[in-house]
Amino acid sequence: MNSTSPRLECIEVSRNTPPPESRAILQNINFSVTTGEILAVTGPSGAGKSTLLRLLNRLEEPTSGNIRLDGEDTRALPPAELRRRIGLVMQHPYLFPGTVAGNIAFGPGQQGVHLAAKAMQSMLEEVGLPGFASRDAATLSGGEAQRVSILRTLANQPELLLLDEPTSALDAANRQSVEDLILRLIRERGLTCIWVTHSPDQARLADRVLHLESGKVVAFGTPEEVLS
Amino acid sequence: MTVAVTWPTWLTPELRTGILQCFISGLAALFVMFLARKQAPGLLREIPWAELRGLMQIVLVGLILAWLLHGPRWTSTLVLAAMVVAAASIIRQRAHKFPRTFTLALAGIGAGAGSILCLMAVTGVIPVKIAILIPVGSMVIANTMNTQALFLDRLHSEVTAHKGEIESALSLGASAQTALTPYRAAAFRASLIPALNNLRSLGIVWIPGIMAGMVLSGASPIYAALYQFVVIAVIFAAAALTCLVTSRLVLRRLFSPYDQLMLQR
Repeated sequence: MNSTSPRLECIEVSRNTPPPESRAILQNINFSVTTGEILAVTGPSGAGKSTLLRLLNRLEEPTSGNIRLDGEDTRALPPAELRRRIGLVMQHPYLFPGTVAGNIAFGPGQQGVHLAAKAMQSMLEEVGLPGFASRDAATLSGGEAQRVSILRTLANQPELLLLDEPTSALDAANRQSVEDLILRLIRERGLTCIWVTHSPDQARLADRVLHLESGKVVAFGTPEEVLS
Repeated sequence: MTVAVTWPTWLTPELRTGILQCFISGLAALFVMFLARKQAPGLLREIPWAELRGLMQIVLVGLILAWLLHGPRWTSTLVLAAMVVAAASIIRQRAHKFPRTFTLALAGIGAGAGSILCLMAVTGVIPVKIAILIPVGSMVIANTMNTQALFLDRLHSEVTAHKGEIESALSLGASAQTALTPYRAAAFRASLIPALNNLRSLGIVWIPGIMAGMVLSGASPIYAALYQFVVIAVIFAAAALTCLVTSRLVLRRLFSPYDQLMLQR
């Protein structure tokens, strides 16, 4: 795949709340991201940012329009395969009961892939959590839990990473270290990334910014163009 | 001077005593709910209607039973089928947060209570006599209904409380079945606790009506005890099977064909 050809395309995507309310959450969203690109999605609360990520991960269905991954309509892909290829990190880590290792091995386990202890150890070292494999996930701090959550998604080796305000619930120190970690992992792995954020500083780190208001795209361009 | 009250002939002394007993026990339930009105707001208003409805239903069943005892045996099947439909209708009202609850409840109770009762009737464990089939069958159906209601209520609470974990599992490529498994298991376990407690406490904490009735009507106390165990074990088996069937069927009422969680709050 050519690095300038769209990795993911959103074509006239709309999403309404279920009937009888049928209120528009997203209206005619059009954008694309290319391989290795970081796209920041900004906008006020209720603008539809999280819904957009949920549509891309197919946790929700668009009311109209279509989403293409490498030119293929995502509806043609089995949901489990799509979700493995398009990983989602949520705002809250939502770790499963059990150990850190159990959480990280969850995604690969769904495909019948067993993560060796050595691989697990090196992954944990990569995110600054050496020796955490057997720790009870319920005992982790907010920052540690979010690191495990990021690693859990990356353990699936996604081609595209969706980040739904992963640092918004963290304190300032943890926010900075998790942000640095995310950027390092994205760059090292050459991941294509869509990052929902409230922070203009985080948005400035992206290649392009998509600004939503009331479910509509009001600006789309480089950080300089959009954030000015 | 004493005034002699003349009662209608159909209102026998036994019936008058029964009505008085119903009135006192109904009042006791109402009084307790009055004391607990702050803990369960709104429930106090439901109690008089629930009591009246229950009383009318059971009296009607008594009349039907008195009539059926002289009728053909197949009528008991009709009565039990009507009870399953009525139980499913009650579940629909209670577990309205799930889509298509009536068919879910009907299939669950029908499969659980229906198949266990059939099995017991075919093997001769429950004699195919109207006077036995209908009371025992009604106990089995009522208990499966309660277990199913508990299961659905607990499952809804579990799914609501763990929406994030369920969607996290889905987003990592898990199937809806895998994502739901821990919460379905918790609901399954919790809903069977009353039926399991009945089995555990049999004879120690309570001596159920069937045994008491059999002993009073002259049966051997040992046989009455064994038969009471049979009834409680049948109730447990039917309740567990109902939950098992419901837990399978509920999956597609909670998730779309594309494994998206659809939950009504």
